[in-house]
Amino acid sequence: MSKGFGAAEFLFLLEGLKWTLLLSAVAFAGGGVFGLLVALGRTAPYAAVRRAMAGYIAVFQGTPLLMQLFVAYYGLALLGLKLPAWVAVAIGFTLNASAFLGDIWRGAIEAVPRGQDEAASALGLHYGQRMRDIVLPQAFRIAQPATVGYLVQLIKGTSLAAIVGFIELARAGQIVSNQIFEPILVFGVVGAIYFCLCWPLSLLSARLEAKFAAATR
Amino acid sequence: MSHAQGEAPLIHMEGVEKWYGAFQALTNINLSVRRGEKIVLCGPSGSGKSTLIRCINHLEGYQKGRIVVDGTVLSNSMKAIDAVRSEVGMVFQSFNLFPHLTILQNCTLAPMRVRKADRATAEATARRYLDRVRILDQADKYPAQLSGGQQQRVAIARALCMEPKVMLFDEPTSALDPEMVKEVLDTMVGLAADGMTMICVTHEMGFARQVADRVIFMAKGEIIEEAAPETFFSAPQHQRTREFLGQILQGH
Repeated sequence: MSKGFGAAEFLFLLEGLKWTLLLSAVAFAGGGVFGLLVALGRTAPYAAVRRAMAGYIAVFQGTPLLMQLFVAYYGLALLGLKLPAWVAVAIGFTLNASAFLGDIWRGAIEAVPRGQDEAASALGLHYGQRMRDIVLPQAFRIAQPATVGYLVQLIKGTSLAAIVGFIELARAGQIVSNQIFEPILVFGVVGAIYFCLCWPLSLLSARLEAKFAAATR
Repeated sequence: MSHAQGEAPLIHMEGVEKWYGAFQALTNINLSVRRGEKIVLCGPSGSGKSTLIRCINHLEGYQKGRIVVDGTVLSNSMKAIDAVRSEVGMVFQSFNLFPHLTILQNCTLAPMRVRKADRATAEATARRYLDRVRILDQADKYPAQLSGGQQQRVAIARALCMEPKVMLFDEPTSALDPEMVKEVLDTMVGLAADGMTMICVTHEMGFARQVADRVIFMAKGEIIEEAAPETFFSAPQHQRTREFLGQILQGH
């Protein structure tokens, strides 16, 4: 029965990797867009908006991602929303990622010196222009290490999608391991694939940091 | 000064009052500034000088009274605030240049976004004013690559690129090393000589003597005394003004 770790097993893992990449991309894109809205809401001049966003962040940071995926997958279906599984899971990841990215970027926006916004205001720039041209470009630089760190977490976190039936990289590894009884080898390969995905991101981040630091030294 | 008689003031503040919670930051401020006039505001720290000039371009709101800038009544409406800000330039103590933009981009951003100038026009204007503050050769550098004095001159050029009718200076030399104070003051003197209307919060009494039409002394949120510089320095009327001048001039 045991036939060892061959090309077929490796291809099966790569099939899983495809889902890992797709879920990561969707979660990061969705989390990026909605996280920006959360960050802007969290720093908005209106107290009601700030409180609403603080509540949102508290709920999604304070409950397990696993539970949020369950709610997105089964909860939305119970509400009568018949969504394809990957859409439901993408919604779950997006809601979670936008809470974390929103809070990271909120902190970065607040870390941009107040005088920057004042100088832009004094020059006559409106809120949208001040955010786009002055505050956000500086905030994203401040937030870059934390953002990349979260992206790496997110890639690994997509393994939780296995709970609702996705055969992503980690789950694919488990299946292969169960078939060929070589858990050390299989999970070693799975771990190496995750590492090959995440490490370059960290390297890229460090390089960008150095570049920005040189430009504004 | 007689030529300005009867002309509407460029800036008019009338009974302006401002509170931060229970703390009253400005009390019954009455101030008119004519076109081309140079005002120096001085007073101990916390006396409301910065707050006063920050009300003029609505970086701070005010609760009572009236401010009119070049015929526009400054209210909380975005339209009024926009109209006023496009005529009022401001220079800050901490320069507040945009660190992620080059010197040239610092100067072209507002004209392009607010005045809707095209890039070529905005850059030509920016180069003209950068040349005027003698820093054109640094146009492609980033702010952090310049000295404090150079940065503050860029900040002056950046404000001038909007071609304002009045310039507000909020302690423009207080954050500078002593050897850089002069280059910034010289730039301001040049600006004054060209007829710019200026309100300067500063402790540079030499500058006040040289260019101010009026020196205004504030304490605890009120205007205590105002006079032409000769009178102000030689015959201050109020005890608090005398004490302040005694402290300020001690080191000189």
